Amino acid sequence: MLKRLSRCVRENKRPAILTLVFIVFEVIIECLIPFITADLVNRINAGAQPTDILTTGLLLVAMAVVSLVCGGLAGYTCAKASAGFAKNLRHDMFDKIQSFSFGNIDRFSSTSLVTRMTTDVNNVQMAFMMLIRTAIRSPLMFIFSIVMAYIMGGALSTTFVVVVPVLVVGLLFIAHKAMPAFRRVFKKYDRLNESIEENVRGMRVVKGFAREEYEKKKFGAAAETIRVDFTKAERIVALNTPLMQICLYFNMAFVLIVGSKMAIESQGVTIDVGQISAMLTYGIQILMSLMMLSMIYVMLTMSTESAKRICEVLDEEPSMHECADPIREVADGSIDFDSVSFKYAADAKKYALEGIDLHIRSGMTVGILGGTGSSKSSLVQLIPRLYDVTEGTVRVGGVDVRQYAIEALRGEVAMVLQKNLLFSGTIKDNLRWGNAEATDEQLVEACRLACADEFVSSFPDGYDTYIEQGGTNVSGGQKQRLCIARALIKKPKILILDDSTSAVDTKTDAKIRHAFRTYIPETTKIIIAQRVASVMDADLILVMDGGRIAAQGTHEQLLGTSDIYREVYEQQTKGGSSDEEA
Amino acid sequence: MKKHEMPPMKKNETPPTGAPMKRPKPKIDFRALGRVLRMLREFYPVLLPVTVACIIFSAATSAIPALFIERVISSIETWIDTGDWASARTEIIPMVLILIGLYVVSIIAITLYNQLMVYMTQGFLHKMRCAMFDRMQNLPIKYFDTNKHGDIMSYYTNDIDTMRELISRSLPTLVQSSVTLLVIFCIMISFSVWMTLVLLVGVTVMLMASGRIGAGSSKYFIRQQRSVAANEAFVQEMMNGQKVVKVFCHEDACRKDFEVLNNNLREDSFRAHAYANILGPIINNIGHVLYALMAMVGGLLLAFEAPNLTITGIGIISISVIVPFLNMTRQFTGSINQVSQQFNTIAMGLAGAKRVFALMDVEPEADEGYVTLVNARRAEDGSIVETEEHTGLWAWKHPHGDGTLTYTPLEGDVRLNGVDFAYEEGKPVLHDVSVYAAPGQKVAFVGATGAGKTTITNLINRFYDIADGKIRYDGININKIKKSDLRRSLGIVLQETNLFSGTVMDNIRYGNLDATDEQCIEAARLAGAHDFISRLPKGYDTELANNGSNLSQGQRQLLAIARAAVADPPVMIMDEATSSIDTRTEAIVQRGMDRLMENRTVFVIAHRLSTVMDSDVIMVLDHGRIIERGTHEALIEAKGTYYQLYTGAFELE
Repeated sequence: MLKRLSRCVRENKRPAILTLVFIVFEVIIECLIPFITADLVNRINAGAQPTDILTTGLLLVAMAVVSLVCGGLAGYTCAKASAGFAKNLRHDMFDKIQSFSFGNIDRFSSTSLVTRMTTDVNNVQMAFMMLIRTAIRSPLMFIFSIVMAYIMGGALSTTFVVVVPVLVVGLLFIAHKAMPAFRRVFKKYDRLNESIEENVRGMRVVKGFAREEYEKKKFGAAAETIRVDFTKAERIVALNTPLMQICLYFNMAFVLIVGSKMAIESQGVTIDVGQISAMLTYGIQILMSLMMLSMIYVMLTMSTESAKRICEVLDEEPSMHECADPIREVADGSIDFDSVSFKYAADAKKYALEGIDLHIRSGMTVGILGGTGSSKSSLVQLIPRLYDVTEGTVRVGGVDVRQYAIEALRGEVAMVLQKNLLFSGTIKDNLRWGNAEATDEQLVEACRLACADEFVSSFPDGYDTYIEQGGTNVSGGQKQRLCIARALIKKPKILILDDSTSAVDTKTDAKIRHAFRTYIPETTKIIIAQRVASVMDADLILVMDGGRIAAQGTHEQLLGTSDIYREVYEQQTKGGSSDEEA
Repeated sequence: MKKHEMPPMKKNETPPTGAPMKRPKPKIDFRALGRVLRMLREFYPVLLPVTVACIIFSAATSAIPALFIERVISSIETWIDTGDWASARTEIIPMVLILIGLYVVSIIAITLYNQLMVYMTQGFLHKMRCAMFDRMQNLPIKYFDTNKHGDIMSYYTNDIDTMRELISRSLPTLVQSSVTLLVIFCIMISFSVWMTLVLLVGVTVMLMASGRIGAGSSKYFIRQQRSVAANEAFVQEMMNGQKVVKVFCHEDACRKDFEVLNNNLREDSFRAHAYANILGPIINNIGHVLYALMAMVGGLLLAFEAPNLTITGIGIISISVIVPFLNMTRQFTGSINQVSQQFNTIAMGLAGAKRVFALMDVEPEADEGYVTLVNARRAEDGSIVETEEHTGLWAWKHPHGDGTLTYTPLEGDVRLNGVDFAYEEGKPVLHDVSVYAAPGQKVAFVGATGAGKTTITNLINRFYDIADGKIRYDGININKIKKSDLRRSLGIVLQETNLFSGTVMDNIRYGNLDATDEQCIEAARLAGAHDFISRLPKGYDTELANNGSNLSQGQRQLLAIARAAVADPPVMIMDEATSSIDTRTEAIVQRGMDRLMENRTVFVIAHRLSTVMDSDVIMVLDHGRIIERGTHEALIEAKGTYYQLYTGAFELE
């Protein structure tokens, strides 16, 4: 995992390494400063000349300035490296997601991808910053301080032999105990927040059933367990400070007693007053650096969850590949399914499609009917190779779809998805998704075909009307027509509408179909619909049921041969006319 | 919602876009601070003072030892040339023992306050969470319609987390450092006024520097938040539309757009953190410089045997003054450093607290209703008597001003009389709407989006209150009925189904918490949901997560219908309840629905006209007015708007 993440550091290696260098200098100076201050105290004690004191003082000032510069630069480069690292992570993830096939996309929910690209990256960025700032600093500080303490304190530094192991064991113990407790709490905490979200979303249901008191009680109980668990976990961590203080105080007492004995007995030869002071300072530094190390340890382990989730995205293998020497021309709009079977996951038990044999000539209009879950969408998604077949072959223009360059294939097979979306931007921007070079005239023409021109022109800003995120400022029917127009701009050889006119009124629906027949007769049109009226006049109608083609033929033929078709037809036309749908 | 692990950035710090960016210095909101403290005192009248005492005590006991250390060191100095440890011991050891005593006391105080702080922080946050949630339950639907759900959620996630930091870490540090600063300051004055003054000048510089950098850092943190928001919005849109992106082979264009946003975020994040990172070294090293400065000043004063001014009088400056003073300098600047590190957390925590308080201060849904719904039975003389047990007969218990009680049986007779309504002042949604629904009737509303269909049902269950006119339920003005009882008597099934985490059974039982498993299954049968539930891997015990994302939209609607069925209410409101069920499945569901609607007053809203055709009366709404009413046959006969809708000449959107 670390290896995977470190590949994203790239151009930020330089500032990262510079950070380490600056920090090394900063640490060296920081460790020398107590040495100088001890010297200063000694000089004052010894009644040194003012000039002597001045020079030592100025030396100290100079060191502080150098340390400031190093520390400042380290802070700067460190921020640069970590921000850059985070940027690369986001970049790589986004890049990877763009290369995902539909199969890959299905494996991640869009909200989880958003969390991975925001919160998780942020966590890793923070951990990385912490790492390069302190991971070298603390051990260095520790080593330098130990060395300096040994040089200055000699035998006195044996105190660390006792204190350091105690602190290390204590800190590790606390971290070890606290981390699982925190993980548990955070999981529960996430669940609590999810249930709040559910509650906020479903407030109409809560109020509608007058369940406010019930919800309060439920929430109170859940929140109480969080409080108990959180308190437990935090109380373990709260032992850190006292433990640290005990070690610190023990060290001080030891240095003072043993130090004064040694100093007085040797008459200041083995150790003098300044050195005792310095020992106290180094003691603090040593113990602090240990404390920092334990904090890094905790923080790094905490962010591994996030790192793992990022790596899951980065390591996801796109499940679809172009063949080595792809074909870039699609000859015509004919489609052939040869004994095709398909399932969404390799380990899925049930096939979504089974034994499909289907031949569609270029320019035909094909209607597909079937209940929810009858795999209508699965069938058409194989044509632009959104998914790969499990068995059999799908051919477009006489060639196996897997032999085309994906971009070429999808350029000729335009599909209007069932769950369709417009993006924030003007209507023009949205339409040009179909063809970035389309002229304004072409946009208008496509909109005319899709019966969208009329309402677009009625907007005050016309084609420059800004579409809000999710297309909330146009109605469902308008959105569907714009999506159809967007697909038409590709001038495709095959056009697939997956239940794309469900919110359009029957009259307009008929008008659109009429336009298709008149203006793009050579384009193969496949229309999935709930309404019989939308497919009645198609050259071929497929009735899907449970992943199979239950019946196929023209309207008249099917009325005679297919019970399902007749049932649906009669149900929808009882009373004399077709009806409306949401 | 994985925000808590490391929440260094708070989304809500972002001011509304377009707000002037002048002096984005984080401000300490003292009113919010006061309220937090008052609440703490209220929740923990005993523990809070104990904790504060412990903090002060531990701060004092860790400042005083510095003095003892100096005393020990100066004794060493006096004895060092004698080499007589035996005699020196009698002087040094007792001092160290006092020191150890102080340490022990200090450690006890520290341990105690750390544990107490954890307990209080978690308790406080728990109480805040519950208070927020309780208040939220009592807020009118209007609040949820006018506030983004994400914003409401961030109270629970971001804001509570910033408050945790504030209370558990920043406030204690602030108290502790202030006490330390005060104690040291007093001791310093008692040592030397001159040197204290010099130090104060240095400290002023230090504070100014940290203020400057703090301002710069918060400015970029705010910018960073904006970039984060822009990034998140883009990513969200693209992740949602990923399949469309693929269909149009638009990947490279997306990459390009994202690159720009991503770079902006990097730039802002870099600057924000650079400022924040630099603050530490600057304060720290100014501390070092101050130390050197004090040493030099002290040395010079010593060399020139300057007179020393202390609060106890004038004396000669000596080594025993300067050396402890230097150590105190270090402690002093160290404490200032600690305070300056807390500044951002405090400002953010209080901003969070302010938002949480704002939620808690929203006016709750008023309920002045006094008519309640009770179980009842018919006495022998035909009058209605209130009972404890469930009889299947319900009655409205209506207390009158003169102290008498009347009971009206719950029948489901709903009448709207000349109702006007506006969600926003000056934008009326309903004009003079009158609807009469006799018990057992099916009333349908048909019309374009925004015509006011859902609004009418919102008024019947009092999600909103009417502006003018009257709504009567079994002859009682609904304003007099207790809201919870009113809603209990109305079953609603909405287009957007909301299910809750829990098993399928739990979700059905939501309609009636006392229902047995059998009753729930019966309700599922009625709704036509039993078949698909039985096919689920664990049947009725299947866990639903994430609003039932493992079910199809149609299946979720069936569950919502079953949930309403188990409540067995006399009046049902079906708002596009079957919109996502395909016509074929709907035919199957229809039988169950028909049974469900039997003997109930039902309000139906539907796009699909086949759903409403058999209604007793169909109301066609247009721009908040009822323009046509009658049975299907009558309306077809009339060849008006309904006829046009029916023949598909109009688009229902």
